[in-house]
Formats: sequence, structure tokens, C-alpha cells
Amino acid sequence: MRFFVTIFFTAVLIAAGIAAAGEIPLNERRSGYTFMAPDTQAIQDDDTANPGMLWVLDGESLWKKKAGTANKSCADCHNDASTSMKGVAARYPAFDMTLGRPVNLEQRINLCRARHQEASPLAYESRDLLALTAFVAEQSRKMAITPDTTAELQPFVANGRDFFMKRQGQLNLGCTNCHDDNWDKHLAGSAVTQALPTGYPIYRLERRLRNCITGMRAQNYDYGAPELVELELYLMSRAAGMKIETPAVRP
Amino acid sequence: MASALINVPKKAKRGDVIEIKTLMSHIMETGYRHTAAGQVVPRDIITSFTCRYNGEEIFRADLFPAIAANPFITFFTTATESGKFDFEWIGDNGFSEKASATISVE
Repeated sequence: MRFFVTIFFTAVLIAAGIAAAGEIPLNERRSGYTFMAPDTQAIQDDDTANPGMLWVLDGESLWKKKAGTANKSCADCHNDASTSMKGVAARYPAFDMTLGRPVNLEQRINLCRARHQEASPLAYESRDLLALTAFVAEQSRKMAITPDTTAELQPFVANGRDFFMKRQGQLNLGCTNCHDDNWDKHLAGSAVTQALPTGYPIYRLERRLRNCITGMRAQNYDYGAPELVELELYLMSRAAGMKIETPAVRP
Repeated sequence: MASALINVPKKAKRGDVIEIKTLMSHIMETGYRHTAAGQVVPRDIITSFTCRYNGEEIFRADLFPAIAANPFITFFTTATESGKFDFEWIGDNGFSEKASATISVE
């Protein structure tokens, strides 16, 4: 009996996975980059004009800096980030066996600090955490987003999708009402876009998410809240196969 | 952790007009903002930027509180001879950063 329940459950999950990929037809998906004016695109394209590179440079020096009671740097374990961190951002958020739930890049960095460097966690939105995250994510530039397909992760993706579809807040809007149904229109002069997180985290995906949630006049979540990580998971699954642009510039 | 991004062409022909782009990491705190407790956040901005081409000043800018964080300054000059561009940013609280770039002119 239990066996059949498992099979049924798996089937439901697979069905949910297929539906999740079909929100915007694959051939109509466009990175937020394509919604930008040529001037803004030029800023992103030029590494000496892209302000995101300032954080990447800071991240590079932090990578080599020793921290915590263990007096270890990221590089002491992971060596050269250009090989060890290549493709990592393309598959995050990933499942953490110990916690039994998905963690995003920022949380992974802080877990590393706690478990291996024995250092205090970096605050969300702090310059150091943004810099390290941007630096790690930059190593996956131009690589295709390949969401982690671990079975344990799938219920969380489904939760994220539910969040995306669910109407909430005083304006009674779901993410999908703008980003699936009206992505080709404008909201107060800004392009709505398709909610495909290709260029983050330089402008911090979660800051974007929290902004949108405030815009719906809904109850917001703390940085790193499980709900936001699940949403990030779902958004990455929407963008599967698209190229990472980090550090991206968005208007 | 201040850092600068500089874009100067590596090579140019004598007499070419070249574009120089500089980006400096800085918070550019205006001094007009208040904390939630009502205290003024003290001003912390870059006040001056200069560029020297082989020791000779070719560009200078004064910066003010209305300029956004991480000031991006770009300007043009004529490539006259091979040599070095020296950039200097000076600001509040003893902020002082230098960077340089070389160019070869044929």
C-alpha cells in the first residue's frame, strides 16, 4: 500500500514539474536584459562600466581572506573559484541534507562560515555577503541554468510554484498575474518582464521578491525565509536552460 | 574595500580621440538623510577626481552630494604619446584612492 502511495505521490510531483515548465512557452522566454534600453544593456556588457563588478572584485578578495576561529579562507578548501565554483550558481538553490531543506547561495555561504570557518554569519544585504555571492555566481556566467533535480527538492519547488500562483495581499494579486499574463506590458513606466532570474544575485533576487510582495500590499517575509527560497527555486526552474548573466544590471 | 574599474584603450594611433571610463566604489552618502531615530547620517562623498596623462592634468571634476553611489566618470582625450594615466579620487573622512593605466601610442 505504502509503495503505491509513493508511486502516486511521485506521479503528482512529475505532473507538477511538467506544468511548472509550461507557464511561458519555452520559445517565448526572454531574459530581463532584453527588456532594457540599449544604454542600460551597454552598462551590463562592459565589465569596466558595470557597477556589479565592484562587488565581484570585493568578493574575490574576500574569497582569499581568512575568517573565523578556524582561520580558514574560502580558497583554503575550495581553491580556485574559477574551477570549483563554476556552474554552482546555475544549480542553486540546492538541497542541504543536514537541514533537510533547500538553501540558496547566501545561506550556503553562511553555512560554510558556520560549519567550516567557525565564523559568525554575514548579514543579508551586507556588502560582504553580496560581494561573495556575486563573486561565486559570476563564475557561472554564460552557463545554462540547470536546476537541481534531486527528488527531495521537488516538493519545495511545488511550494514555490504555489506561492507564485497564489493571489495575496490587499491588491489580491499573484506573481503569475503580472509575470505570466502581462509580461509584455508596463507597470508605471517599467517593463513587467517574465520573472526569470538570470542575472541575479547582484541586485539580490530576494530584494526584488520582497519589493514585488510589498507592491502587492501583502505580508512580507524576512530575508532568507523558507517561502522566499522556495520561490527562488521555482523561478530558477522557470529559467532552466537560460544563461546566467551575473552580475547583471537592471533598471 | 574601495576598488576602481578603469577602461583605457591599450593601444591608440597618435592623434586619436580616446574614451576613458572610470568607476569608483563609494557610498556617496549625501548628508541629508536621517536615521529612523532622527539623527543626520553624516556626509561621506568623493569631492574631487583628477586624471593626469604623463604627469599633466588633463581632467578634473568636483563631485557633490547629488551624485549617485559608485560614481562613473567618463571623458575623452587625444592620444599624444605612450605613457601612463594616473587617476585620483579624494573625499570626505580622508578618502583617497589612486589607480593608473598605461597606453601605447603608435
